[in-house]
Amino acid sequence: MAIGEIIRTSQIWKSIFRHPMPLDRRNRIVVMLTNFFLHLHPVSIKKQGIALSFTWCMGGVTFFLFLVETVTGVLLMFYYRPTLEWAYNDILALRDVTSLGILRELHRWGAHAMVITTWLHMYRVFLTGSYKPPREFNWVIGVILLLLTLLLSFTGYLLPWDQLAIWAITVGSNMARATPILGYEGPGQQLLTIGGIDMITDGSDARFGLLGARFVGEETLNRFYVLHCIAIPLAAALLLAIHFWRVRKDGGISGPL
Amino acid sequence: MHSNGLFLKDVAGFLGLYYTGLAIMNAIAAIVFWQKTKQPGWAAVWSVFSVVMLVLASLALAGTAELVPSLPMSARKLVNTLSGPVLYTLGTTALLTVLFIFRKFFVQPMVAWTILNGMLLVMGLSMADENFSSIVMKADNVPIVGLVFLLAFFTWLATSQAVVNDERIKQGLPPMEKLADEKVLVWPDLVYTELICMVAVSAFLLLWAIFLQAPLEEPASSVKTPNPSKAPWYFLGLQEMLVYFDPWYAGVVLPSLVVFGLMALPYLDFNKKGNGYYSIEERKFSYLVYQFGFFELWITLIILGTFLRGPNWNFFGPFEYWSPYKVEVLNNFDLPQMFWVTLLDRPLPVASAGSSGLVQAGTILLREAPGLVLMGIYLVVLPPLLAVTIFRKFYAQMGFIRYMVMSNLMLLMLTLPLKMILRWTVNLKYIVSIPEISLNF
Ligand code: HEM
Repeated sequence: MAIGEIIRTSQIWKSIFRHPMPLDRRNRIVVMLTNFFLHLHPVSIKKQGIALSFTWCMGGVTFFLFLVETVTGVLLMFYYRPTLEWAYNDILALRDVTSLGILRELHRWGAHAMVITTWLHMYRVFLTGSYKPPREFNWVIGVILLLLTLLLSFTGYLLPWDQLAIWAITVGSNMARATPILGYEGPGQQLLTIGGIDMITDGSDARFGLLGARFVGEETLNRFYVLHCIAIPLAAALLLAIHFWRVRKDGGISGPL
Repeated sequence: MHSNGLFLKDVAGFLGLYYTGLAIMNAIAAIVFWQKTKQPGWAAVWSVFSVVMLVLASLALAGTAELVPSLPMSARKLVNTLSGPVLYTLGTTALLTVLFIFRKFFVQPMVAWTILNGMLLVMGLSMADENFSSIVMKADNVPIVGLVFLLAFFTWLATSQAVVNDERIKQGLPPMEKLADEKVLVWPDLVYTELICMVAVSAFLLLWAIFLQAPLEEPASSVKTPNPSKAPWYFLGLQEMLVYFDPWYAGVVLPSLVVFGLMALPYLDFNKKGNGYYSIEERKFSYLVYQFGFFELWITLIILGTFLRGPNWNFFGPFEYWSPYKVEVLNNFDLPQMFWVTLLDRPLPVASAGSSGLVQAGTILLREAPGLVLMGIYLVVLPPLLAVTIFRKFYAQMGFIRYMVMSNLMLLMLTLPLKMILRWTVNLKYIVSIPEISLNF
């Protein structure tokens, strides 16, 4: 017996896959139905729905990049410490000393790429009119995913704690200072005055809530780290699950009637 | 401009590779045109082009700074003097309009290929300019260069399918997508495609990570403000809007409206046609609105904000040195100033000191009356007016609420280009300016 066959007829292999190799029609159907990862897909699909010229595989590439970011991100978390003392030095060491410091490059460029592919995916969905009934709500979920992708990128931008990082976040979060009514430089913030006491100050406004401080500092680093590594990825993972589920429930990839 | 020689030595190696890449790309294209599509004439053209690229590559690699192919100084100077926010915006608008109107011409593979090569060649020649390449090759800016080429490619891919479908639909045929109607098994057809995509993306990402180091500047310091201070590139469109609007609008209200508008889109577009295939003719209105928002108000602003805005957020030509000492004269006026002082030749209305709150509020309203009336007309009178004129059909089909949401979103979206035009033509700063409650518009 060839070695491959020994493996495939072993009890271990069979306990994992429970069916022969997907070489004939029957087993190609069975594999789709019994494999946890593959059962996300239908068993058969219209040829047009998998044409690269139609979907550009862009949603798939975006999801793959999300997975790459998850894996490289977890590995980076083993190394990086989000404190004023260590953040910058850890990143510096990733560049200069640590073997596999390339993880940082993979993570950063993967993040940029994910922003771009999300836009391209949305562009494709628009151009094929795939947001029209019955897929309206999946488009809405998509918009939230787009927002989460941008926020993931934005919160991650701060973590290297270099000049590029804190000033980009400073410029970005300064906007919150001007939130109408809730930002202390925003229009109408004077309205929230109770008994002559101004409720909205630089220590209580929308920007303070975002940064955890009056300026981008240690509290911000901690806040963004937790958002970046836990809160937003969890939210995104949940919405991705719903997004994919809806693609199936809305009748699969869109196509002409 | 400074020490060009040293810099050119640095980029020469990269440019040599770049032109060699172009040469190989076109040699392959020539073979395809000759063998597959049987167009020997075009095959010859691209072979010649390929040879020219090889010559450029060897010039770049020759080891002498003077030989590295570049745009003539006079051309760069000309581009620098001509470029400015106005010309940039009008130019990109004109370009996109031409591309749209003559899309049948531009989607032809040979035309698209010519344009791609033209873009890549200009890019290569520009890269030999120190100022240009110092900005474009900045590690975090590289993705935007990629974005531009990807967008060009995918827009071409989508438009060429839409053009075919529009033609077929005119002839009463179903769209191309309908022809691939039969079902196939997901294993192997889709699963293998996905696997190949995954491998390709991984390879691409690895190469990118190996050849381009992630940026790391000096340790953070809250006292040393860099000039310019820029948000991450995907938010630079918003930062560019700060030139025209205060942060509460450009940074908070407009982005919220973009998100809201995108979410509302499927519920506003009541056109049932064009669902599940590429088409333009069948859904021209929604197509144009989306493309205008995406390209004009998002992508071109990001490119402008990243590549052409330097210290103090001043505009710099693509080949211009980012001098922090460049001064731009700002002579902008508020509408009340224009109305009361310039037009009526009177002082601005001011409440006398110690007058009651009511009088003060009234005076502010009087002072701002011209702007408030204009805004009122724009946001309150215009939607119903449009409903009974050019949007009559829309109004009939959409009903009151949906129509109102759509027209208001569109009018708010247009506040940006309108404000730009008002700034450039009459130096308008604010239409309404009530510093008393930090409200400037
Ligand atoms: C994190 C980001 C996202 C991921 C990973 C993702 C993933 C996917 C995948 C894998 C598909 C299957 C078809 C395809 O690959 O094109 C899909 C379909 C879809 N996506 Fe997304 N998506 C994301 C964001 C978005 C955004 C931003 C939008 C729109 C605003 C959107 C709207 C849709 C819609 C409407 C479909 C159904 C398309 C059809 O049936 O043709 N998604 N998405």
